[in-house]
This record gives sequence, structure tokens and C-alpha cells, in this order.
Amino acid sequence: MKTLRIDPVTRIEGHARVTIQLNDEGRVTDAQIHVTQVRGFEKFTEGRPFYEMPSITARICGICPVSHLLASVKACDAIMAVQIPETAAMLRELLHCAQFVQSHALSFFHLSAPDLLLGMDSDPARRNVLGLIEQHPERARDGIALRKFGQQAIEWLAGERIHPSWTVPGGVNAPLGGEVRDRIRGELPAAKSIVRRTLTFFKGVVDGFGEEIANFGNAPTMYAGLVDAGGGLQLYDGKLRFRDAEGNITVDQIRPHQYAEYIAETTLPTTYLKAPYYKPLGYPEGVYRVGPLARLNVADRCGTPEADAEFVEFHQRYGRVVQSAFHYHYARLIEALYALERMEALLADKAILDTHVRAHAGVNALEGVGIAEAPRGVLIHHYKVDEKGAIRWVNLIVATGHNNLAMNRSVRQVCEHFIDGKRLQEGMLNRVSAVVRAYDPCLSCSTHAAGLPDMHIRLLGADGRVLDELESGSESVR
Amino acid sequence: MTKKTRLATVWLDGCSGCHMSLLDLDEALVPLAGKIDMVYGPLVDAQEFPKSVDVTMVEGAVSSHDDLEKARLIRARSKVVVALGDCAVTSNVPAMRNNIAVNKLLEGIYGIPPTDGVPALLKHAVPVHDAIKVDLHVPGCPPPAKAIAFVLGELLEGRVPDLAGKVRFG
Repeated sequence: MKTLRIDPVTRIEGHARVTIQLNDEGRVTDAQIHVTQVRGFEKFTEGRPFYEMPSITARICGICPVSHLLASVKACDAIMAVQIPETAAMLRELLHCAQFVQSHALSFFHLSAPDLLLGMDSDPARRNVLGLIEQHPERARDGIALRKFGQQAIEWLAGERIHPSWTVPGGVNAPLGGEVRDRIRGELPAAKSIVRRTLTFFKGVVDGFGEEIANFGNAPTMYAGLVDAGGGLQLYDGKLRFRDAEGNITVDQIRPHQYAEYIAETTLPTTYLKAPYYKPLGYPEGVYRVGPLARLNVADRCGTPEADAEFVEFHQRYGRVVQSAFHYHYARLIEALYALERMEALLADKAILDTHVRAHAGVNALEGVGIAEAPRGVLIHHYKVDEKGAIRWVNLIVATGHNNLAMNRSVRQVCEHFIDGKRLQEGMLNRVSAVVRAYDPCLSCSTHAAGLPDMHIRLLGADGRVLDELESGSESVR
Repeated sequence: MTKKTRLATVWLDGCSGCHMSLLDLDEALVPLAGKIDMVYGPLVDAQEFPKSVDVTMVEGAVSSHDDLEKARLIRARSKVVVALGDCAVTSNVPAMRNNIAVNKLLEGIYGIPPTDGVPALLKHAVPVHDAIKVDLHVPGCPPPAKAIAFVLGELLEGRVPDLAGKVRFG
């Protein structure tokens, strides 16, 4: 019996290691992802005024602070019981789309393209964004330029690229000026060209990854994502839908405040990341995935012309429900195109320049839930406050967290297929990391799921046995 | 040909925002790639912190036993250590947990806290200079990309940067 370690898993956001157990024949018997960081946002924010939550929770993540800002301000909107001005909703969505572009660019180009372009088995010393700059300068420049487009749009709209303070409870704190609108619009064509040619390139090479496609998390799960009333993709504001592996809609149009009826969580002994599951099916049968692949499985369409054409082609190639985690990369590019098209549509609307962008109110409800689609998946901020607006209780279920169980199973699948302990090669281990990278996890984000007040917590061993149980109301669960 | 500077970047208990600010150098990353060898960090695939590193930029507070061990290893193997960002310089947001006992914090989050294959938390999340000697502090949440570019530019020329007027907390 031997244990292999990948420590750290590189080219992902956050901290993770993978341990792989081998038997005497060198075959894999088990594998786990250990997420090794937790900061405790939902505990240390207790007592703070609710309107501080956006700025504090932005610091959960430096790649997707905009996601947390938006879910947070939506929860605050609910506490204030306000309907924000339409222009404010448009501006928040505009910011959100810019974030999708930069985050997906980072994931595809800076983090995963070294594997996809330089090769999974290539020299680890060069298999990174700097190696990409050296060996594929045009692609590297495209990736840098696409990320820059998103980051610049965020900076021009919100004042900062990282942890901006423009989005506030009730709306945004300043309207959009015509000059900034024109500036962003001016950059859009080049950004779209980059995504188009990257899609063309990737569609041309994807079939060369047959072994990876067949073994990177290629197994049935449910999928979850936000959709609009007509079942179209929604990133900023929608209702939650679950679709099963056969393509049937399991449940649809779940409102934010109902999420806890459908999503529960369990603690695992080997990781700081909890495992959400679809409550009606229990753990682990209720495994589901979120993020780009899931969203394109859940939605009936994207809703913008070029992305819709890509959506149709994507499903023609791989089926109504696309299963392999490798196709997260393809889905991410389609979403980047969608986000750019949405930005174009929003900027073309005269209402985007309206100066009424903020609703003002005090505490009118003692609880608020804000849900948005972060680049990596469904993001839930749930706050309870006292009459003065001080936070009493916080629950965050963050994007990547929903994928915990699926990611672990994917890692096990890759290990079982690719790893031969008797003839170990670095490329085998890199493929284990590569399947994690396909999910584009944001692990600093993810370790923030708190216990729900009426939750039954079971501690499961790696083999699924129940090691310990805790009913809420016991002293340890506050 | 001038020797490339051996650069490492590390994130401890942070949000990766300071690393994102580094990537916000945008196209300036291209000429930088010609001057540095990135020998360790989240953006590259090395599994061991190398024996001799010229400059290591550390993001994030020291919050777990793993962070502490890592900080000490970094100091032992690096000529210059830079504390990058407010979490590394003052412990910032991670330190907001410091007035909650660790067991209460973890029990409140997990019910039964995980212990297998995950590092234990220190009593407090602390700045990097609480754990090791730091040669340069670069505040900001995150520090602006321009400041990071300036720091790297100076260090690559063998100079210690004067950051007066170029950075502030927050």
C-alpha cells in the first residue's frame, strides 16, 4: 500500500492537495481532494452592520469579488425590502458579464491552456503561462488581452479592478457616463474576435483529447443553474433549476428563499470543503454539478445570437446533457461569448445611462437571500439580521462547493484510468490536477458553507460509513 | 545574456487578489517573462519550494500550521521576501476571526470539524512578519498593479524599491 501526493494542486484558485492510495499492484484504490484553507467569514461577520457585508465578502475571492458583491447586495436588497431601479439592475449585470469574461479568460488561458496547448505530458518547468508566452505568443497575447478587457471594464464601471465598492445595497452608487459607455463599447469587437478565434481553434483540437474526454469526470450527475422565466441562461438574476442526467427538469423556478428545501450539506473528515447535495435524493445520490458545463445543460438556450449558435452546435456534438468535465473548457468559451453579447446589448440600451441608480431604505426584513451565478457556479448569500441591521447569522454556499462530490469522483475516475503506480510518470499526476482544473475551482471561495440552523450533520468516512452524527440544538452547532 | 531572476510567488491565507493584481500587469507580463524564471507558485507546476530563490512574494496571512511551516521554508530559501498585500502585511480580513476561539469557529462552521489531511489552524491569523523576517512590505487590498510592477522592476535591477506615495492600505 502506497500513498501518492499532489501537493499543491497547481494552476487553480486556492489551496488543495490530492492523496492517492495504491495497492501492491500499483493500481489506485482511493483518492481524495483535501481543501486546506478556511477563514470563517460566516462566523466573524456576526455583529457587523449588514451593509458592510458586500465589502467584507468581496475579500473571499480576488478572482470573482464581483460575484460575492452581487450576491451580497442582493441579500441586502432583500433585507431592505427594496426593488432596485431597472438601470441599477442593468449596470450590475453589465459588471457581472465583464467579470465572466475576465474570469473565464484566466481559467482557459492562464491556468488550463498550458495543458491544452503545451501538452499534459510536457515539461512541468515550462508548463505555465510564461511557457505559453514563449511558445504560443499569439494565444498568450489573446488570453492576456481578453482578461484585460474584462478587468478594464470592471475598473471603468466600478472604480477598481479588484474589490470595487460601486455595487451597494439598493443599487449602485454612481450612474454610468456616456464617455465610459463608449469606451467599453469600443473595446468589445476585439474581445469578441478573440473569443471567436479561440472557439474555432478549440473546436478544431478538442477531439484530440479523446482519452481525457472519456475519463475526466465522465459520469452522470444532476446539474443546477439559474434560468429566467423562459428557461434561458441567467447569470445575474434568475431562479434555480435542477436537470437530471437524462435531460428531465427535476425542479424549476426555485426562488432564492427556498434554496434550503433543495440543497443540504454534509461535512467530510478529509477536507475543509463541505459537500452540498440535492436534498430530496440524499447524500451521495444527490450529487449535482454547477458552473459553465452545468449551466449549458440546465438552460434551454443562452439568449444571444452567436452564443446560441454555439450552444446548438455544442449539444449536437455531445448530446442534450453533456457529461464529461473536460467540456467545461468548451462551455466556458461559449459563456464568454454570451457575456460579451450581453454587454453589447446592455450598452446599446439608452436606459443604461439613466441617473436614478439607487433605492434607499432601512431594515424592513430580518432575513435576506441573494443568489447569483458566479463564473464557477451558483452562489448563495443568506443573512439574518436584528432590528438594527446587525448580522446575527450568515450562510454562504459558494459555487465550487456544489462541485465537491463530483470533483472527488472525477479525481478518482482519472486516477483509476491513468495512474499506473508501477510505471509512474509525471503526466499521469498532471492529468489528476487537470481534471480539477477543468472545474476551474475557486477554493478560497468555497470553504464558506456554514451549518444551517436546523441541520442534521453526519460525518462520513471515505467509504461512506457514518462515523458520527450531530443533531442541531446540540451544543456544538450554534 | 543576463541571468534570469529566480522568482517565487506564494499565497498563504489570502483571497488570490494580490496575485490577480500581479496578472493585471497585462501585456507588461510579456517582457517580464523574459527576465524571470518563475520557479514556484500557484501559476506554475513545481511541487517543492526550490533550494535557492532570489525573490519570493508572499500573499496572505499566516493562519494555519501549514502556512507557518511554509513561511519558514520560504525565508530559509529566499534572498528577498516581500509581504504582498494587506493580509500579509497586517493580516487584514483573515484576522477578523482572531477573537473567536478556533474550536468554536470550526464547530460553528462544520459541526464536527475535519481533521484528516487538513492543517490545524493557529490560534490567530497573523502577518507574515510575525512568523519570519520580511524585507519589503507592499500594502494594499490589493496593491495596485503599477506598484507591483515597480517593485518587481526595482528588485530585478538589484535595488530595494522606495514605495513612498505609491501604496496605501485598503
